[in-house]
Amino acid sequence: METPVNAAAGDPTESLRTALVERADALYRDVDFNCIREWKLQNGGAKAVGFLPIYAPREIIHAAGMLPVGVLGGGDAVEIVKGDACFQSYICHLPRSVVELGLNGALDCLDGMIFPSTCDVIRNLSGMWQILFPNCYVKYLDMPQNYQNHIGGEFFERELSLLIDDLEKLGGERATPQRLRHSIALYNENRRLVEELYKLRIHAPWTVPSSELYLIVRAGMLLPVEEHNKLCKQYIDAVRASARRPMDMARVVLRGCFCEQPPLDLIKTLERSGCYIVDDDWMIVSRWIDGDVSTEGDPLANLVQAFLQRSPACPSLYLQKGKKGDALVEATRDARAEGVIFSAPSFCDPALLDQPMTLAAVKNAQIPCTSFLFAENTGQFQTIREQAGTFADAIKLS
Amino acid sequence: MTIATPLKDASQERQKAMIAEHFHKLAVAHETGRKAVYTFVPGNLTELLLTFDLLPVLPEINALQSGMRQKSGDYVQKAEKMGHSEDVCAYVKCDIGMLHSGNIGPTGERLPSPDLLLLSYTGCFTFLKWFELLKEEYKAPVAMLHVPYQSEGRITPTMRDYVVKQLKEVIIPALERISGKKYDEEKLRHHLALSAKAEDDLVHVLETAKRRPSPIDAYFGAVYYVGPIFSSFRGTTDAVEYYQLLRAEIDERVARGEGPVTPDGAMGPERYRLVVEGPPNWTSFRELWKMFYLEGAVVVASTYTKVGGVYDDGFRHDPSRPLESLADYCLGCYTNRNLRARSDMLIKYVKDYDADGFLVHSIKSCDSFSAGQLLILNQVEKATGRPGGFFESDLVDPRYFSAANIKNRVESYLQMIEQRRAAGAVR
Ligand code: SF4
Ligand code: SF4
Repeated sequence: METPVNAAAGDPTESLRTALVERADALYRDVDFNCIREWKLQNGGAKAVGFLPIYAPREIIHAAGMLPVGVLGGGDAVEIVKGDACFQSYICHLPRSVVELGLNGALDCLDGMIFPSTCDVIRNLSGMWQILFPNCYVKYLDMPQNYQNHIGGEFFERELSLLIDDLEKLGGERATPQRLRHSIALYNENRRLVEELYKLRIHAPWTVPSSELYLIVRAGMLLPVEEHNKLCKQYIDAVRASARRPMDMARVVLRGCFCEQPPLDLIKTLERSGCYIVDDDWMIVSRWIDGDVSTEGDPLANLVQAFLQRSPACPSLYLQKGKKGDALVEATRDARAEGVIFSAPSFCDPALLDQPMTLAAVKNAQIPCTSFLFAENTGQFQTIREQAGTFADAIKLS
Repeated sequence: MTIATPLKDASQERQKAMIAEHFHKLAVAHETGRKAVYTFVPGNLTELLLTFDLLPVLPEINALQSGMRQKSGDYVQKAEKMGHSEDVCAYVKCDIGMLHSGNIGPTGERLPSPDLLLLSYTGCFTFLKWFELLKEEYKAPVAMLHVPYQSEGRITPTMRDYVVKQLKEVIIPALERISGKKYDEEKLRHHLALSAKAEDDLVHVLETAKRRPSPIDAYFGAVYYVGPIFSSFRGTTDAVEYYQLLRAEIDERVARGEGPVTPDGAMGPERYRLVVEGPPNWTSFRELWKMFYLEGAVVVASTYTKVGGVYDDGFRHDPSRPLESLADYCLGCYTNRNLRARSDMLIKYVKDYDADGFLVHSIKSCDSFSAGQLLILNQVEKATGRPGGFFESDLVDPRYFSAANIKNRVESYLQMIEQRRAAGAVR
């Protein structure tokens, strides 16, 4: 990690923050998923279930006594040896590295994998997993595209009930209503903490560098929610005590990275080129539901309701009401951002097919914007740095 | 699909006339008070549209026609200039480019703008984005039908109920609103019965390829045969008559012991029998076909001819359970099946059609088909012991069709079959 720009040397708050970020950074670099193996050992061989972006009902996995594990790709640290042989030339990078992680044994610690209906690549990856890893429980989770209670809601509730049955059969606990309520409460807290972190960044981005926020939130993809909640709280306390001072940077919203993740160095590059990222769509599973899921009444029905009514506007879900891009314009205003950066993975259909519509909305709202492509293993950032730098300068001068 | 057809049998003439008439109806639709409903080939609900006297428009068919007529390259680039990414499905860009070039359909007449976008989300995620884009372009309403994916290789009651409920509560009310007509289930049954008849004949035709020599090419040739049933004619008497004609013609070829007809006339002796996975390339369709027929390679079965419906496993539209059978049709389309089911289908084809091998044509901009195809190839090779081959291009973006490269691949592949034959591995 870089030393924070104007941290006082020896400041105990800064040292605590550094320690927290270092811990999150170590998890980010744990591409062998050793932390999951350790967790299983410490928890008497409890099961762990992986999930691909962009959504998983983590509450249900947790209520089954299992650890939900975000499998977000191999980033820039995994060399693709076998993964390439499974895919054609023109495809995003995430499936290559996920298959690589599967074939190199890193994901052996996962007893199951959930593939949400994010796009055709992840959909087909679910079928590949069934073939390549016949001993792993594979669940393709069709997110409803009809948002009426008695239609899409009923379908989704049946899907989730099946998942509960399957996880019990896999050797977990029965996710009873009581257990589920407890898990929902923990994830409500988790979303509140993540939201607080995002709000702090909007309020004073110089106190919450995005490269740190990214790591802290990403740690939640591997840590048990109880531990992640602690980590978030500690980090938030450190941020609140921060004495860092603002710099002359442009406030931007970043969009397009909801599935394949940008390399950490890309985020740092954007910051170094003069951008305060004040909103983003990384790991949207952490912020999936707007507000709390009720812990009263039927918890499964509550999860379904929350999904139908309070999921984020996202390219993988059909936009039934309103206009494309309105949510982004609103988020830009809420974050008091001065510009939007569209940064999508190469060959990402949902992001790239969505982009002309959201881009038009942003332009109509007279919000400056720019766009570029990346891959999780991009290693050269010179062009992006120049483009983002020019963009930030233009915003500052306007 | 017959605009550029080289096959001049009576069935082809018939199909050509049907298409011309349909596109003319579309051209004058709004003057004559008819409504146009845009929808997709996989999961199309043509019988339901016919029940409401609505005219279907299939943007994928328009795109492939633009590819065959060498117009797609310009359309794709036009869309890219408007801000559409180079990386996404070229069908979408071709459609948007065409729309911004006057929306002239394959017969040279203008297409009406949609009164409804019937988004049957079956087997391909891009459909969702495509109609979101068209919604903005045309300011037309969308009726969304979410068809769940057959991830476990079977249709569950939950999936069927979900689709039927949407048909009843979302799709039919939307069609009633647009057409101003009440839903008439008897009329739907009538169209479904006609569909089933045509489906019987199509299956008969496709299965003639089990013979030696095969009287048809079940990929390049069969894209013409599936045209009516995949597009606007399923459930019509026109389609029934077309497939009767076609069946009789193919049966005659069988009786005469003839092989397929190609753009250059009758194909020479059948030397290789192949199964193909993936859609064809449309911009160099004939050139690609020629690479096969000049070598005596005939495709005896293909999966592309199942994208608009899989009928050779026994499924038929069923008038006795109208909405359930529409649901099963949507759920059963080829790209809505998981990879194991797709591999099994190919394995069965290789065996049932006694193929020498199989080829995968990977489409650059189509993840629905292409993601995972190499694993399918590996599975089919393992299960059949027959050699598999792989080549890449695109559907309608001519920049990705490298003729020399593909020819080389096809030739080397056929040589590999020869070598295996010599070694006794393949007959
Ligand atoms: S990066 Fe895009 S195309 Fe690739 S798996 Fe993720 S959502 Fe799908
Ligand atoms: S991605 Fe493939 S299946 Fe989907 S619309 Fe494009 S060509 Fe058709």
